[in-house]
Amino acid sequence: MSDLTKLTLKAAVDGLKARDFSSEEITRAFLANIETANPRLNAYVLPTADKALDMARAADARLAKGEGGPLEGAPLGVKDLFCTDGVQTTAGSNMLKGFVPPYESTVTANLWRDGAVMLGKLNMDEFAMGSSNETSAFGPVVNPWKSGVSNADLTPGGSSGGSASAVAGDLCLAATASDTGGSIRQPAAFTGTVGVKPTYGRASRFGMVAFASSLDQAGPITKTVEDAAILLRSMCSFDPKDSTSLDVETPDWSQSLGKSVKGLRIGIPNEYVVDGMPAEQMELWEKGQAWLREAGAEIVEISLPHTKYALPAYYIIAPAEASSNLARYDGMRFGHRAAEAKSLTDLYETSRAEGFGKEVQRRLTIGAYVLSAGFYDAYYVRALKVRRRIAEDFDKVWDRVDAILTPSTPSAAFAIGDRQIDPVTMYLNDVFTVTANLAGLPGISVPAGLDKAGLPLGLQVIGKALDEATVFQVAGALEDAAGFVARPEKWW
Amino acid sequence: MTDKTFTIQGRTGPWELVMGLEIHAQVASRAKLFSGAAVGFGAGPNEQVSLVDAGFPGMLPVLNKFCVEQAVRTGLGLNAQINRRSQFDRKNYFYPDLPTGYQISQLFYPIVGEGVVEVEAEDGSFFNVGIERLHLEQDAGKLIHDLSPTESYVDLNRAGTALMEIVSRPDIRSPDEAVAYVKKIRTILIYLGTCDGDMEKGNLRADVNVSVCRPGQYEKFKDTGDFSHLGTRCEIKNVNSFRFINQAINYEARRQIEILEDGGTVDQETRLYDPTAGETRSMRSKEEAMDYRYFPDPDLLPLELEQAWIDEIRASLPELPDEKRRRFMSQYGLSQYDAGVLISEQAKADWFEAAAKGRDAKLVSNWVTNELSARLAADGSDFADCKLPPAYVAELVELIETNVISSKIAKEVFDHVWNGEGSPAQVVEKHGLKQVTDTGAIEKAVDDIIAANPDKAAAVAEKPQAVGWFVGQVMKATGGKANPAVVNEILKAKLGL
Repeated sequence: MSDLTKLTLKAAVDGLKARDFSSEEITRAFLANIETANPRLNAYVLPTADKALDMARAADARLAKGEGGPLEGAPLGVKDLFCTDGVQTTAGSNMLKGFVPPYESTVTANLWRDGAVMLGKLNMDEFAMGSSNETSAFGPVVNPWKSGVSNADLTPGGSSGGSASAVAGDLCLAATASDTGGSIRQPAAFTGTVGVKPTYGRASRFGMVAFASSLDQAGPITKTVEDAAILLRSMCSFDPKDSTSLDVETPDWSQSLGKSVKGLRIGIPNEYVVDGMPAEQMELWEKGQAWLREAGAEIVEISLPHTKYALPAYYIIAPAEASSNLARYDGMRFGHRAAEAKSLTDLYETSRAEGFGKEVQRRLTIGAYVLSAGFYDAYYVRALKVRRRIAEDFDKVWDRVDAILTPSTPSAAFAIGDRQIDPVTMYLNDVFTVTANLAGLPGISVPAGLDKAGLPLGLQVIGKALDEATVFQVAGALEDAAGFVARPEKWW
Repeated sequence: MTDKTFTIQGRTGPWELVMGLEIHAQVASRAKLFSGAAVGFGAGPNEQVSLVDAGFPGMLPVLNKFCVEQAVRTGLGLNAQINRRSQFDRKNYFYPDLPTGYQISQLFYPIVGEGVVEVEAEDGSFFNVGIERLHLEQDAGKLIHDLSPTESYVDLNRAGTALMEIVSRPDIRSPDEAVAYVKKIRTILIYLGTCDGDMEKGNLRADVNVSVCRPGQYEKFKDTGDFSHLGTRCEIKNVNSFRFINQAINYEARRQIEILEDGGTVDQETRLYDPTAGETRSMRSKEEAMDYRYFPDPDLLPLELEQAWIDEIRASLPELPDEKRRRFMSQYGLSQYDAGVLISEQAKADWFEAAAKGRDAKLVSNWVTNELSARLAADGSDFADCKLPPAYVAELVELIETNVISSKIAKEVFDHVWNGEGSPAQVVEKHGLKQVTDTGAIEKAVDDIIAANPDKAAAVAEKPQAVGWFVGQVMKATGGKANPAVVNEILKAKLGL
């Protein structure tokens, strides 16, 4: 039999249902891959082989009886941001090393309900703060892709670097991820995978370690647009335990695939051209427009004038919320606690200084600063105003366009260590993705081509709130037109 | 008005007090504000704590609608504006009794806005206290320091419990007014059923802001709204009894006056009242005041209320103390004082009404507020737990009204009834306490006493008030059962008055 780990989620689920192979077989195949690859790629912080095999056998039993959910027997990876009952959940931080939640996140609970198998917990930037997976307390994740011009290890992007690397490296069929400013779409673009951030409120945040509550959304990283549609459907649900969860139906988005984009109006925002963007990225963007035009869509130039303020606003709002969300890591009830402390204040300070890495500390400091008396209006309140303007920018164009096409990232994957000198350069990775988070809109990154060095580049489709259907429809058309079949050459 | 203002005489002249209160009232609810965990007194440490209360990763708050209803009900009871749109904010600070590192409160947009409460002063006059706002917030847990010499323990049972913070305007001008105001709020909350008002358990407690100023300054403040006319205030935190409120204010005002008269300035600070020492002590100064970094809680959507729902709650409000007092005065002809005493507790008012049906209401009121209240107080009980059926007091009053017993004998009857010997009628029967209206028997007693005391009988002609002595003797001879009116009549005839 051919290599089961190269299957798409769709093909695997069909094969499992048809009993072409068992869940235990495909699970063992992935576990074998993880065993060889993980020492090099560092995608998993915690493979859960025993649990995976137990779940696989249970899935096989259901499949044997002709039962099972839409993901029955499919081995998946879970970003270590999702709390998993009885399985260590760290959010990539020393602060939570050894923390075993006695509860399951709604998103993962939905996956297990649908029959999925958990292969393990995936590496990530600490508390999802980072764009290269270098802030993880478990060491950086390595991108399965290599540049044609250097043998340097590349980052898979972040914060869902483990998820992206695992999918691209065939260490799982697909993975859960989360996106606060681009943490699904940027790593997907860097690894030649598909990543979707749904409309804010589609997926429950219950049991997801919080970074910035008003921006965090769970979503999938997969090999194909269809896989993304399938997995996202399982992840989403209305959840009364999350007050920001939307009480809406979760449609079957795979129905949108293969539908012609004829007559759809695709917006091209002027403001998404940034200094220093490689020519290949610009060319790819133009190519994307040409593909859609050829498929019958209408390309419309639009303006989203407040785009340039999105990144500064994001880097005020996200740290502000984080500074409060992460206050619970105080060494009192769970997580890291300083061994020796002279006073209560000393215990707080030492526990947090030891438990949090540099980038997290930087953002918590920024967050506390922008919320402090005297600065609140100048920073936080103003950032919220910018956020409203950005949402209004989108609102104003929706009567003229059905979806928006942009590059996913300003560049392809970079080498580990390359951008660590200056945090602001690192923050620029999110320039095309943060707007969708600020406005709560769905966005997808689709692999669409390779740069000169042979590294994947992605295109992003942004849609109206709750209109993932159109986003998938356009993404499917791009995928078809791009014919992106490149796979990283196995070097690990 | 001015001549009535409470003043404290200092060495350099009179000083006036200005106070505003923040009352923290625990919402009467079976579940906490955001977690669904149970609320209750007396559970073992950390037995009523959910993962949300303990601030576990990924846990999210979900607003308890019943607590919102209680806050709206309270706002309506305080004649306050209900804000159809409000918002929850996070107040950030680190402390071991605060697991998430922030308290969810309402700083920017509270659920209840301006209102006014009418308070009755000691002398029966009324004064108004403006309500600035009422907001919902979470309570914190509790630290226990005395279980170990080296460690502190945390009990999170109370963490996340819903509180209503009721903030008054600086309209309170004396320690007695402050106490009367808190009593009034407490009564309203109990009537509404939105807080049990149990101050011993800490379910109702007050932060008292006290400042002093020279006569005339307060009026300038009232005219302009400019706080600079008033003195610097100190906030006394968490005072949990009426007596302590009074003592703390008196101490704090005198402390401030002393500083000012010595040429010093009062520092704006937070203080604690120590009831044992009878003094307030500095907790933290303005400089040490924490920066709470308030911001809207991104885990919660703005709270929007339907007008229809508010109207529904309004329609379900019980009769409140002010209305009840007015009704008792008009319906039962009671004095403001008696009505005020009866309505001070809803159970007492209800008990009274049950007993007063068809009877002389003033008489019933007297029995309820005097004899019965005294018995309950002596037993450490109250009207809510009163075992005596209201029908018994009604029956007792009926026996007096129909001259079956005298008021004096009624006290004896009540003693027997209280001791569980049955209804008043049964007691009267059993102990033979019926009033003697048989004129023959009374006449005989009168004759006997006049015969035995000819000198006194003669003296009565000159000193008619001396007839009282004869009345007493007749009552004594009849075991107190003689009808006093009949005795008087017969005595007057026989003594030729």
